[in-house]
Amino acid sequence: MLKIKNNSKVNLSDIPVLKIGELRDEIIKENKRPIGFFGKDWGEGRIRLFVILEDAPELLVSSAIFEADEKSYECITNEIPSFHIYEREFYEQFGIEPLHHPWLKPVRLNQDKYEFFEMKGEEVHQVAVGPIHAGVIEPGHFRFMCNGETVYHLEIMLGYQHRGVEDLMVKNPSNQLAESICGDSVIAYNTAYSQMMENLKNIQVSNKAQLIRKVCLEMERAAIHIGDLGAIAGDIAYLMGASVFGATRTLVINTMLEFCGSRFGRGMVTVGGVNYDLSDEKIERALKTFDKVEKDVERMTNTMLKNSTVMSRLEKTGTVSEERAKEAGLVGMAGRACGIDVDSRFDFPDKWNEELGIRKKAFKASGDVNSRFKLRYKEIRESFSIIRKCLAKLADYKNDPLITNGEDMAKDAFVVSIVEGWRGEIVHIAMTDNDGKLSRYKIKDPSFNNWYGLALAVRNNGVSDFPLCNKSHNLSYCGNDL
Amino acid sequence: MFDTLKSRIYQGKQFIKDIQNAPMRDQFRGFPILKEGAEVCDENICPTGALKTNPLTIDMGKCTFCGACERACNAIEFTNGYKLASTDREKLVVTPQSDYENYVKSAVEVKKEIVKTFGHSLKLRQVSAAGCNGCEMELNACSNVNFDMGRYGIDFVASPRHADGIVITGPISKNMAYALENCYHSVPDPKLVILCGACSISGGVFQNSTELNREFLEKYPIDLYIPGCPVHPLTFINGILSYIRK
Ligand code: SF4
Ligand code: SF4
Repeated sequence: MLKIKNNSKVNLSDIPVLKIGELRDEIIKENKRPIGFFGKDWGEGRIRLFVILEDAPELLVSSAIFEADEKSYECITNEIPSFHIYEREFYEQFGIEPLHHPWLKPVRLNQDKYEFFEMKGEEVHQVAVGPIHAGVIEPGHFRFMCNGETVYHLEIMLGYQHRGVEDLMVKNPSNQLAESICGDSVIAYNTAYSQMMENLKNIQVSNKAQLIRKVCLEMERAAIHIGDLGAIAGDIAYLMGASVFGATRTLVINTMLEFCGSRFGRGMVTVGGVNYDLSDEKIERALKTFDKVEKDVERMTNTMLKNSTVMSRLEKTGTVSEERAKEAGLVGMAGRACGIDVDSRFDFPDKWNEELGIRKKAFKASGDVNSRFKLRYKEIRESFSIIRKCLAKLADYKNDPLITNGEDMAKDAFVVSIVEGWRGEIVHIAMTDNDGKLSRYKIKDPSFNNWYGLALAVRNNGVSDFPLCNKSHNLSYCGNDL
Repeated sequence: MFDTLKSRIYQGKQFIKDIQNAPMRDQFRGFPILKEGAEVCDENICPTGALKTNPLTIDMGKCTFCGACERACNAIEFTNGYKLASTDREKLVVTPQSDYENYVKSAVEVKKEIVKTFGHSLKLRQVSAAGCNGCEMELNACSNVNFDMGRYGIDFVASPRHADGIVITGPISKNMAYALENCYHSVPDPKLVILCGACSISGGVFQNSTELNREFLEKYPIDLYIPGCPVHPLTFINGILSYIRK
């Protein structure tokens, strides 16, 4: 397999082309976590399958070509379960069947053909929820198999948010579209897209712009985590927490509005850098706001953690064991809360980790709602520490340009760009043809891996704990459905 | 107990007293102003076709308020005017003659029967249909302690049967078309349909997608258009108020 780096470009011709049997053997021999597994139309009825495995701090890439008459292969999922969702997606997008796949169901399309797993027995009943949910949330269908109040099994059918983003990206790529793939991770998505383009156009983004992006990325993380702490509080009817965290989140996103005109960071990141500078005055005001935010969050979190009625709802609810999480291939925050050590900020570090002394801190995971609650709190504090370091460092780069221009896009290139959004790794992969035009754009949201984790979390919990399991994950529908 | 009280006291009062005159930060991109000279702008800079230069207009139903045109061209300026809702799709198109004050006065046509039926209480069912979750987050924020939309009797409810109307976000995917229509029929008459955000009004950045099905919008009357990407909570609440209150 070819070793490549995150956020860098290689020639398509450097990527090995194997027979699918050989590729399968290699994947199983490497036994690494998949980050990409997707097809591309290779002309004359052929399909080329690309595979990207994590081998931090590098990535392993390889591929195989299916001839027009090759329409199946022996699935990998039975050897490495975390491939399950990738193989389903590949099948749905290209019609090449992974034989003996244990769970070969639709991912985004053909919902009317979806067959739910059913349990038989007098006591078993089904609860069907969605696509339209009770609150103001994105659509998805949940099917619970229950015995009385206890959930035995949850199956999640998605695809309602599918709007063909990957195709749109090939036809008409723009920062505005990248920002709208998953609107709660605007900065992360837009940074992943912009890095991709910068690689293709050979642009070196200025230090100043890099730091501003980093500040905004961590603000996005902190704001969502704070909001979700509030949502978790709301779901256990601890309204005090819901209001305090809600109001505190407002302070962070309003600071974002001051930075770039949008509460969610729209318009900030652009190909080549950032659109808006941070004046000293803005930075000073932001730092004051962050002081208050950190204090409020700390006070409220500690109040909640000391409260036994709160803890009795959070502890041992929605537990996913580390072993199961690894098997399912959970990533990001949901994975870390189960004890899996994945964080692309540290697995694929940029130069700033060393320059600013940003270090990974240990977390004692227990896999339950409590673990996800505490992890979010920990990450909020770390985010603010990173933000402060970046803002202080900005003073060194006062004269840097905001935006750097580039050349035409490279031809026959292959780029991988991974950004750690608040949910986890956001992976963008692009290829260009020999005219230097995008020919394939692949996106992987962390939710793509993690929805299955939510299904595992609710097993043997009460139906009434579902909202809590759900909110503590807060997975993305649009990021999954694309 | 005392910790809880302390946290409560530290918070003080959070709600915005006068929603209708709430101040907005200058950086917010709201109502656009088109000045002389903007004709020379390159309309291709606009990702959604909202900007047209011959004749010069910005269609707020398509605009993502991304600011790309403003940054590229001095003659376009986004003010922080956030009262953007209109009952008339055509009125969302801003021309060089438009100004914010007149827009706010004339964009929403108030109907007596609407005010009488919904003026005291309006319960809404939100349908999220293939957007990006940005509008949804802002609609949730409408009910938080800062904006506290509930004080006007406006709330989001869980069942369409309890609702007086639906709020649609997102460009409406093929996969959501059935559920949306079903939901609409479950709302008892008389009912309102409110489009929230560039996606639902025009398809926004997704308008060229082959995975959409926007027939619903041709079949049923639309009462209110609320522009934004996402729609700011002040835009939403004021938009609704201007329609249901005298
Ligand atoms: S602000 Fe609106 S009109 Fe201007 S470029 Fe962006 S979408 Fe187009
Ligand atoms: S209008 Fe903008 S913010 Fe709202 S759903 Fe569409 S893309 Fe997202």
